[in-house]
This record gives sequence, structure tokens and C-alpha cells, in this order.
Amino acid sequence: MKNYWKRGEPMVLAAGATLAAILFMTITLMAVILGNSLGYFWVKGLVEYTLNDGSHIMGQVTGKELHALTNAKRVQLKVANRDIYGQDFRWIDESDIKGQSVPKEAYLLDRMEHGNFFGFLKELKGADGTLLNPDPEMLRKLSTDLRRQESALKDIKKKMSDLNQASEVIRLKIAKLEYRNAEANGAAIASLNEKRNNITEQFDLLKDELNSRQQELAKTTATFVDASGTAKEFALLDILNIHQPNKMSLLDKVWVYAGKIGELLFDDPRESNTEGGLFPAIFGTVMMVILMSLFSMPFGVIAAIYLREYAREGRLVQLVRIAVNNLAGVPSIVYGVFGLGFFVYGIGGSLDKFFFPERLPTPVFGTGGILWASLTLALLTVPVVIVATEESLASIPKGIREGSLALGATKFQTLTRVLLPMATPGIMTGLVLSMARAVGEVAPLMLVGVVKMAPSLPIDGQFPFFHVDRKFMHLGFHIYDVGFQSPNVEAAKPMVYVTTLLLLLIVIAASSLAIRFRNQMRRRYTTSHF
Amino acid sequence: MSQESVQTNKQPAILEVEDLNLYYGAAQALKNVSLSMLRNHVTAFIGPSGCGKSTLLRCLNRMNDLIDSVRIEGSIKLDNQEITGNATDVISLRRRVGMVFQQPNPFPKSIYENIVYGLRIAGVNDKATLDETVERSLKGAAIWNEVKDRLHESALGLSGGQAQRICIARAIANAPDVLLMDEPASALDPLSTLKIEELIDELKEKYSIVIVTHNMQQAARVSDSTAFFYLGELIEMGNTKKIFTNPEKKQTEDYITGRFG
Repeated sequence: MKNYWKRGEPMVLAAGATLAAILFMTITLMAVILGNSLGYFWVKGLVEYTLNDGSHIMGQVTGKELHALTNAKRVQLKVANRDIYGQDFRWIDESDIKGQSVPKEAYLLDRMEHGNFFGFLKELKGADGTLLNPDPEMLRKLSTDLRRQESALKDIKKKMSDLNQASEVIRLKIAKLEYRNAEANGAAIASLNEKRNNITEQFDLLKDELNSRQQELAKTTATFVDASGTAKEFALLDILNIHQPNKMSLLDKVWVYAGKIGELLFDDPRESNTEGGLFPAIFGTVMMVILMSLFSMPFGVIAAIYLREYAREGRLVQLVRIAVNNLAGVPSIVYGVFGLGFFVYGIGGSLDKFFFPERLPTPVFGTGGILWASLTLALLTVPVVIVATEESLASIPKGIREGSLALGATKFQTLTRVLLPMATPGIMTGLVLSMARAVGEVAPLMLVGVVKMAPSLPIDGQFPFFHVDRKFMHLGFHIYDVGFQSPNVEAAKPMVYVTTLLLLLIVIAASSLAIRFRNQMRRRYTTSHF
Repeated sequence: MSQESVQTNKQPAILEVEDLNLYYGAAQALKNVSLSMLRNHVTAFIGPSGCGKSTLLRCLNRMNDLIDSVRIEGSIKLDNQEITGNATDVISLRRRVGMVFQQPNPFPKSIYENIVYGLRIAGVNDKATLDETVERSLKGAAIWNEVKDRLHESALGLSGGQAQRICIARAIANAPDVLLMDEPASALDPLSTLKIEELIDELKEKYSIVIVTHNMQQAARVSDSTAFFYLGELIEMGNTKKIFTNPEKKQTEDYITGRFG
């Protein structure tokens, strides 16, 4: 027995058990996220229940459980039709259910507003007010026609946005001239004003045209009834997708599933972010992390080089090193507050004062934006890069340095030609860690530039194409916003899981890229003998 | 021609050390060392561990500069030029005095890039010059035939003995006057050691060599003169044959016959 302890086997067992526990927790977490998010886009069949009191109710079964107090079995049903019922979900005790059926003709509609609608088609009305044959083919035909006509309006919308932009540019010019000297520039201002009025007139004309054409399109309507017979008339234009889930084949469902994933990745969000896509949030997250790496990498590496290669070991260097390590432990919200005070109000405010005085009090840089957010996060992650770089520089054998110096290389040449390439794998490790940390941060971002809904991306076709002063959307903040600030929590739940999954995928993608690069470097720079 | 007359007449000293004292902080590592090393000669430093032989070697190309606490008194002359003190251009000194270390330390680059490293950092990028230097150096280090077909593969894939000869080739690519070798074969197998020793014999035609070794047979085999150090002092220096067969000092004899050290 004594020997058993001496050999250290219990320790090996304990180590193995710990590893198993960690693996188990990770796998469970992944399973929960995957299980809850992957099913979200699957078109579930609609079930119609007849209740004991004679009423009908239709929806998708989303859960079954025992009531905590009465111990009665009950079913959670997504009944949709938020505009009629006021809520999307209902619990029904199984004892109340008299019968159930799967109506083949039931429709599932994705609407622009108020979420899904579950019901039956009753009436179709063409643009000229004539009643049409209410069957699925006709509905589908009308809907695709409308979509085509609507996309023809895109030209007008594009023209309007161009005019709007031009008008804004002129407005800023006028503001600048007025700020400098209103009297001396009077003539120029007047001509600009005239130009601007011209543009506004054109804009108004286009707006009227757009409105009238949209109204025309909205005249095609469909009337649906829900399971209990309440009728509701919709403009067909407001219905995005029409499915009959109980009629769909497996292949159809897979097709719709793929389409929804595409929508998630490439479309803008709808309905206070609980529906539609996540593209702006994905874009914002990725761009912020890239910008953050651009700031933290050079600074971190240079600082580490100075600390390890040039600074004379002493109390000051020790202090700096301790400070750097402690910096990594500061709560991230503190960084947010610092970023707000230093970057946004301090630097951003001064930039505004010097370069955009005519726009005050409207801030340009003096408010949260993607630039300030990435700088704040760079500050937060720079200790990780410094520590990783220092470690990898320290692990290079002394002989390599001496070998280079003995050939007549200066310290700087040794650094750039031999040491830095050899340290690259370690630096990449630091980068991976810092990116993973930055992607997951939400608290500081809320203070320095993340918003629930950004009207435009930080990169677009407008000069100067790269708008680092713009606010942006972020997947981490999206989780918080949709999960906890949304009016319709039950409906938003799957979206939270989907967003989490996306965030994880981004981290995994970024780190596997970096790890691959690191392994390539390592293969090149590891010594095979010694 | 006797060894004595060769030393005095045709081959004047290339390196002269005079009254050298070296301190690591408060500890003295070299005490009043004076000796001279001759041109196109192999000079061996022998002695027990910690006797200061490596420290002295590293003074000859100022590698001790890397250690903050080192302080040096006395004079070292290379071709009658003082090389201690702040006025010396350390970079050009190290190009004239090459060094080979105990552990083979090829850079994680191709064999080719390893050899031309010294030229590249000096700003030479002419392809013809580089190619010519690579061939000359590798031939000089007797490894050309083994690696000529894989010059652009990583030098890290070589065996220890090959890597050490690459390091020697890398040092002679700079066309130095003196080659310092700090126990160049102690990390190698007997066969590789033999190759290095044969190489040293060839190299002394062109370069003056100073070698530190723990292996007394090696010193006897490769060197022309031998210096024996003990506790930071130069005990005895002279013709290798004489040192190994008929040393003047008792300590030398004890060390060589294996009674201590």
C-alpha cells in the first residue's frame, strides 16, 4: 500500500480524472449550444389540438414537461400570431387536450413584423381588387411576382440614398464655411444652399414615386385565418416566406434550412434582432478583432523585445513586468471606462475640436466607434502578447545569439534575422490567446462603441470607404441584447444559442488559422538535434 | 627545422595577451595572464573546469562584452592592435576573429543562408560572390561533398558533426585571421571528432587557431603549442610535444598524467 502511494499512481489517476472532467464539461457545453441552435432553423410540423372546451389551437411543439406544482403533464406550444394572441408561446395541460391532428393545408408565414403566422389561406385579392382563386399555386405566383416588382424599386432606393449622401456632404461644407466666416463666404454658401435645395427636391420626387409604387404593390393582399377562425388580412408584400410544413418533403425542409443559414450569415437583422440575419454583427466582430490585433501585436512585440533584449535587468524592469502581468488581471469593465475617458472623450474629443469644429456639438470621433473599441481591447490584450513574446524570446538557446554575434552581427541584426523568426510561433500563440479573449469581451465594448443596431457597416462604398469612427454591432453584445433586453424572451432564446455558436465558430476559425501558421513556423525553426 | 626556430623567426605572434586580469564582479577569473599565439599555428588551452581557459578565449573576440559584470585589465593585441577598450570596433574584430562553439548552433535557416549570414549582415548581396563563398567555405570545412545537393534545405536536419562543420564553414566564410574553437568536438561522437580534428589540421594552413579542449589526447594530436591553466593562472605554456612529454611544472605533469582535474 505504501508503495502504491510512493509510485505516484494516485496522482496520475487524479490528473487523468481532472482532464476527463474538463473534457466532459467542454463537451456538455458544446452539446447544449449545438442542440439548442442547430434545430432553430428546422421547419417543424404544425399540430392542431382540439381542447376540451371545444376551442382549436395550432402550433409547433417546443417542449414537454411536468408542472412543478401540480405534477400534471403539459406541452409547450409555439402558437405564433403575436399580433392576435399577444404572445408566441402557450402551455397546455395534456388533460385539456381532446384530440390532435396534422392539417396538411396549414401555412407557416415569415412576416416582416410580428414574427410567424400559423393559419389557413382563406382569400386572395389581386392589385385591382378582384378575388382570385385561393390555392397554394396562386399564392406562390403572386408572391414571386411581387418580390420581382419590389426588387425593381431598388434602383430608386439607391438613387435616394446617393442623393441623401450628396446632400449631407453639402450640409457639412456649408457648416464649415459658416464656421470659418459666414459673411466672406456668403456667395459660396448661397450657391451650395441652392444646390442642396435642388437635391432635396429631387429626393422628395423620388420619395413620392417610391411611396406610390409601394402602395400599389401593397394592394395585393391575402387573408388567412388562424385555427380558431380569426381572420387577418396581410399585404402579400409583408410576407417574406411561405411554407406549408406538413406538406413539405424532407428535401424541401433541408433546402429551407440551408436558405435560413444563408440568411443568418448574410442578411441584416429584423424585429429588434430576434429574426433575420447576423451579418453586421459578424462583420463588426471580425473587423474589430482584426483591428485590435493590428494594434496589440506590434506594441506587444516591441515592448517584449525591449524588456527581454535591451532593458538592463533591474528593479525598474521587474516593476514593469509585474505591472504588465497585473494589467492582465484588471476587470475588463475598467478598461471600458478608461477607453471611454481616454480614447473617446480625451483623444476623440480633441480630434473633433481640431478637425471638425463646425459639426460640434455633434461628435465625429468624440463618441464610441470601432477604432476606440479596438484600441481599448488592444490595451486589454497587450499583456498576453508581451508575456508570450518574452517567453518565446527567452526560450531561444544562448548559443544561437552568441553564434550570430560572433559572426559580426549587431544586436539588432541578430534580433531581426534570427531571434524574431524563431520567436514567431510563440508570438502566434500570444495572438491566438489575445484574439480569443478579445472576441469574448462585451462589457468594455458597451462603453466604447457597440450598439444594438448599426445603420451602416464600418466599411462600405462611400468615400473614404473605411469608417473607423462608426459604431458597430458585435456578436457578444448581440447575445446580451437579444437574450436579456428583448421583449420576447422565449422567441429570442434560440437566437441567443445561434449567436453563441457563431461566436464560437469565429474563435475556432481564427485560432485554427493562427495555429496552422504557428505549426508551419515551428516545423521550420525547431532544432532536430541537441 | 626545429619548432623553436619556426616560432621565433617566420611566424610572428598574431595574438598577444599581456598581464590580463579579468573579474566577474568581485571574483577574479584570470590572474596576470600573459601569452602569445602564433600565426598559422594551433594553440590549445587545457586545464580543469573553471580554470579560465574559456573565459580567456572569449576575451579574444570580446564575447565577454555580453556579460554585464565583467571587467578587464591588461592588454590584448591582434596584429599589434589593441583590442580591449572602447575604441575597438567590436563588429569588425569579430569578423576577423571567428568562433566555433561547444554546441553546434546552426541558425534555423537553409545551409546556404547559414554560410552567407556573415556576408549578408555586412551588406553583401551579390549572388555570384555569395555562391562562390558558399562553395569555398564548405570545401574549406570539408563538408561540400556531403551537402552540395541540399544547400537550400534546413541546416537543422544535419547530424551533430555535420552541423559543427557547417558552423566552422560559417565562421571561415567571413575570411577571418583567427579561428577560436571552444571545445568544438565535446558534443560529438568519435568519428565526427576525428573529422573535426583532421579539419583543424587543414585549416591551420590558412588560419591561426586557438582551441579550448578538455580532451588531452585531442590537444596532443591537433595543437602545435599548449597552454595549461589552473585556477585562473597560466601555469605553463610551450611546444605541445614538450608539455606532454616533459613539462617543467609539477602541476602540469599531475594534470596531464591524470592525477587531478
